[in-house]
Amino acid sequence: MVEQVAHMLVHGEAWTLKDLFVLPNEYVYWSIQIVLYPYMTGLVAGAFVLSSLYHVFAVEKLKEIARFALVFSFALLPVAMLPLLLHLQQPLRGINVMMTPHFTSAISAFGIVFMTYGVIVASEIWFVYRKFIVESIHRLANKQRKGIEGLLLMIYKIISLGAMDISPEAIEADHKATKVLAGIGIPVACFLHGYAGFIFGSVKANALWMTPLMPVIFIMSAIVSGIALCIVSYAIFMWLRRWALARGKNFFLPDQLAGTTNLTIEDLHEMQVHETTMTAKYLRIFMILAITLELLDIIFRGYTAVKSWDILRQVIYEHDFFKIFVMQYGIGNALPFLMLILPGLTTRRACIASVLVLFGVFMMRWNVVIGGQAFSLTFDGFMEYSLPIIPHDIETFKEGLGGVLLVFGAPFVIFYFLNMIFPAFYSDDDAH
Amino acid sequence: MKRRDFLKSSAVFVSGAAVSTSALVMLDPQEVLATNPELRWGFLVDTHKCVGCGMCVKACKLENDIPYDANVTRTWVERYVMTQDGEVLKDCPKGARDGYTNKQIDHNESGMVDVADKDITQAFFVPKLCNHCELAACVQVCPVGATYATNDGVVLIDRTWCIGCGYCIMGCPYGVRFFHPVVHTADKCTLCYHRISKGGNTACAQACPFGARTVGNLRDHNDPITKIIMTQRVGVLRPEYGTKPQCYYIGLNEEVR
Repeated sequence: MVEQVAHMLVHGEAWTLKDLFVLPNEYVYWSIQIVLYPYMTGLVAGAFVLSSLYHVFAVEKLKEIARFALVFSFALLPVAMLPLLLHLQQPLRGINVMMTPHFTSAISAFGIVFMTYGVIVASEIWFVYRKFIVESIHRLANKQRKGIEGLLLMIYKIISLGAMDISPEAIEADHKATKVLAGIGIPVACFLHGYAGFIFGSVKANALWMTPLMPVIFIMSAIVSGIALCIVSYAIFMWLRRWALARGKNFFLPDQLAGTTNLTIEDLHEMQVHETTMTAKYLRIFMILAITLELLDIIFRGYTAVKSWDILRQVIYEHDFFKIFVMQYGIGNALPFLMLILPGLTTRRACIASVLVLFGVFMMRWNVVIGGQAFSLTFDGFMEYSLPIIPHDIETFKEGLGGVLLVFGAPFVIFYFLNMIFPAFYSDDDAH
Repeated sequence: MKRRDFLKSSAVFVSGAAVSTSALVMLDPQEVLATNPELRWGFLVDTHKCVGCGMCVKACKLENDIPYDANVTRTWVERYVMTQDGEVLKDCPKGARDGYTNKQIDHNESGMVDVADKDITQAFFVPKLCNHCELAACVQVCPVGATYATNDGVVLIDRTWCIGCGYCIMGCPYGVRFFHPVVHTADKCTLCYHRISKGGNTACAQACPFGARTVGNLRDHNDPITKIIMTQRVGVLRPEYGTKPQCYYIGLNEEVR
């Protein structure tokens, strides 16, 4: 028997403001964590597509950033699942999706798609780093180990899976496998994210979400955000590396530590400028595609003006005008695009533009997820979402600013440790 | 026997055995018992009879253990007031749990709205509950199958298996679903399945002093509710979503969504 409590806050009530006529059970049920879910999956997929541009289409200019993007994509992967777990009312039952998937539901395949993608990325990393792993085993086994090196050796021994052959034929086979995996990875990455779009696009009860364009829009903005994040983080990590090299802090330079590369500050600087500006070119192409699709969606809705347009128009042009047209399209799209097409692109300008692009894509996710719940199912009222800043219980922490910071911080922590095992900046001319 | 041959013949044996056993259909005795083509529960609301007293909402909350003061409810009553200049005002404070005892319209953040009696062209109440749709969107979107339809047409939730993702809440075009504030799983009207399957009435229908709410068997042509649905002009809410709702309304207006 459920006990009667004097006043009980319902899930969603803490951050939902209702205006005019809203049904009694309507709240902003899908809040910030569901904004972060497509955002993080998008970053994973985008980073992977960027690395594949080099591996599959042999875009030589992206060689340095490709390996970084691959490892970073792997670091982002577990974090893409984090928002979903934080959002579930019964997080311990999350595994039920794998135990009894109900395949008429768009969410049910999540486990399978996600695992498939994870396996592809993990095996691609394994093939790319296999030679490095074997060399590291030999190097570490033959020297006096200190600190974490003993642990590292054990990790390398385990992940080498006993494949110690680094003859030219074996390495050639590795390259082939990498190429095949990257090739399969592109459609799977697009599927992973297009599928996130499908989860929203197929909700027929929601007038804003329901459009077949949703998966395609999501894929394009995913690639845009993934590339932008790679540019920013690559540049930041390169700055860090230059700083570390100048002060002899090998801690940040696992490749230097491994003795595979001999770096100079000038080399690093040149590499950084070359890679960021080159990648920025690809960013522009995908930005054009993303913005075209998003505008097409709005124009089409306005032109066909079905019954729901009346309320959507009020949400888009009145309630959320600032968030959509100023923050998303203005600051997040038009401004960085201008910055990227002006001649004489520098690393710093590319980075600032990429940060703005990341912000723009985040706002796009916000405007879709929160915007889709900004109006009542009856089309007669509005709901406003206010992000809980200071948590007063576990729920307002998870679905508030605390949860956001947790999700944003996690990939960088994971990357720091992952980078120790798979140096993302490790450069080797034979390596693929 | 060589290892390779052993593996080969085991593979052949296993696949062969699997094919032949798959021809046999496993019968679940419970499933056989529950299959009852003679029964399909349906609901009928006569909006002309509803006065907005809110007894149904109270009864439902008490019967089904929905915390009385929590701002969610399995059933609710909406008020519609139409004025001479064509304006349609709607409200539903606390799901009408306490009944409509005030003429002011509650517009949430926009405050209370006064409408002069002389300006009102018509006003009425519409009770709402889960439509127990034939093609329920919530059943379709539940990723773990915790929401399911019984063979006699009632959509139910397994509280022990729901993961609380909220996809069903998003998927329902009628807003009947919410998170139960105590058990933290999705929740909604069960059509008082624990009562009707034992020959009883739903709590809301029983509490209604005017007979505005009735439950019946849509397969039984002699059932008084089925007779009304067959012989009178009735409507369902938002048929455009293709969910085939099984809650019928007498006196449904275009303004009711």
